[in-house]
Amino acid sequence: MRKNLGVHTILIAAALAMVAPFGWQIVTSLKSLSNATKVPPSLLPEGRWDNYGKVFDVLPFGHQFLNTVLMAGLRTIGQVLFCSMAAYAFARLRFPGRNVLFGILLSVLMVPPQLFIIPQYQIISSLGWLNSLQALVVPGLFSAFGVFLLRQFFLGLPKELEEAAAIDGAGPVRIYWSIVLPLARPGLVALALLVLLWSWNDLFWPLVVNTDPGKMTLSAGLASLQGQFQTDYPVLMAGSLLASLPIIAVFTVLQRQFIQGIATSGIKG
Amino acid sequence: MTVTTTPQRDTLPARAPTAAAGQQRRRGRLKEALWGYAFIAPTGLGIAVFYLWPVLQTAYFSLTEWGAFGGHTWTGLDNYRRLSSDPEVGRALVNTLTYTGLGLLSIPLAIGFAVLLNRKGMRFVGFYRTLFFLPVVTMPVAIAMVWRWLYNGDYGLTNYLLSLIGIDGPNWVADPATALYALVVVGVWSSVGYNLIIFLAGLQAIPKEYYEAAAIDGAGPFRQFISVTLPLLSPTAFFVSVVSVIGSLQLFDLVYVMAGSGAGARANPAFPRLETVVQLFYDRAFVTNDRGYAAAIVMMLLLVIVVLTAVQFRFQKRWVHYA
Repeated sequence: MRKNLGVHTILIAAALAMVAPFGWQIVTSLKSLSNATKVPPSLLPEGRWDNYGKVFDVLPFGHQFLNTVLMAGLRTIGQVLFCSMAAYAFARLRFPGRNVLFGILLSVLMVPPQLFIIPQYQIISSLGWLNSLQALVVPGLFSAFGVFLLRQFFLGLPKELEEAAAIDGAGPVRIYWSIVLPLARPGLVALALLVLLWSWNDLFWPLVVNTDPGKMTLSAGLASLQGQFQTDYPVLMAGSLLASLPIIAVFTVLQRQFIQGIATSGIKG
Repeated sequence: MTVTTTPQRDTLPARAPTAAAGQQRRRGRLKEALWGYAFIAPTGLGIAVFYLWPVLQTAYFSLTEWGAFGGHTWTGLDNYRRLSSDPEVGRALVNTLTYTGLGLLSIPLAIGFAVLLNRKGMRFVGFYRTLFFLPVVTMPVAIAMVWRWLYNGDYGLTNYLLSLIGIDGPNWVADPATALYALVVVGVWSSVGYNLIIFLAGLQAIPKEYYEAAAIDGAGPFRQFISVTLPLLSPTAFFVSVVSVIGSLQLFDLVYVMAGSGAGARANPAFPRLETVVQLFYDRAFVTNDRGYAAAIVMMLLLVIVVLTAVQFRFQKRWVHYA
């Protein structure tokens, strides 16, 4: 510690800059509105825990929380399942057209997501799915990125176990389910965490398809509060803290896998 | 990111080429192929319906005009002509490019912090990493809310802290002179942790021998950083820069919350300095229901992304060293 004192000073200052906004958010969330808008501001919180209760009055917070959990959870399960199936096929099975299909898949990765949105909206709308859970979940079940990430991962797995199983007469389903998936656990966890993170924080798509407050996700619900004439900032701070807390909690517990996932995939959401 | 080509899967050791064995092998191949298609079917169909088809549709929509009641008529290149002379599009493009360019500041910062964290005998690395990473995992809408409050002209902490050293701060996101830069600060703040993780992984992949060799040649820490670390980190920096540029060009969440959208946002005098291409796209596609024009806007975004990515690939020879 003593040896790197200067370095630690720089890092502590930077780390403070990273967390200070959250600190101020917590302090503000515990103030009354009049105290929050005092000049000069007081740096101490008050204990106005009722701001957290008020979040449930200004927004259908419970519904939105549930919508977000279901959206993020179902997308995560769906993508890990579907992407791992496709990735296994691309990494290990031989079929005509495999390389062409994989090339097409890669080309999807390079297109900015906004390009899909108007037609996706029309599909969802013509199915009568606007303001529904399906609208939030279904397009998010499929991902070129997930297939790509897992295929890279599967290619790195040793083939001996699979070959031994094949000699013993195991078919592709068996090999995929009982050998490849267990071996690929770190890769699957990395993808799952990334999908969970992006889905939880996603704004654009939920904003477009679900405009009924009871069917919105947390991010869209919070965004709908901004710009309203009298903004009760302490309540807003409490709300945005509550909305981001679950994913921060998941991150804190599963840090290592999270960081591994980001470092190996390197793709931003 | 490297795309490894699939190693060919060796089949079981070749047997004597009898007719029966050949038939069996053909049947095995057919079975394998059918399973292959079955495994890619869900994702394949989903991608085709929700991603591939939409790309073609958007390209087609960009050549049409949408009526008030949902129908659309072919108008050829009209939308693109309108695009090229629309001052709002030009402004949004300049804002987006400025934001993207200044956002690259996060790269040298991330390299600096990564190098400090990677020092020999460094302690509490996990602790620092967590704190830097916190903004990356936090919901962007929540982040935008907090910063809007920090930037508030009357009650914001930023201006209070500035007043302590005698500076009279502006109304950050409502002042055309500062709005975009205020946004850049938030963008850099929230992405530095992400880039830091990638650079840390890049630094750890540099073989120790290079530093030992440099030390034997009498290179001090600074010299080692310039002649060993930076060149060997340049492929990572290139990758991060490509990904950051693509990401910044699609900026939406932060601006949507900090500037707002629709009539309310337009009341903000700084709105013309904040509006991004994707925000304009959102407005045209889902607020004013001018979907043909929105499709043209997003096609323009695709073009900008392709061009800027191609330019980066073209210039990488000048500064990226592959070991």
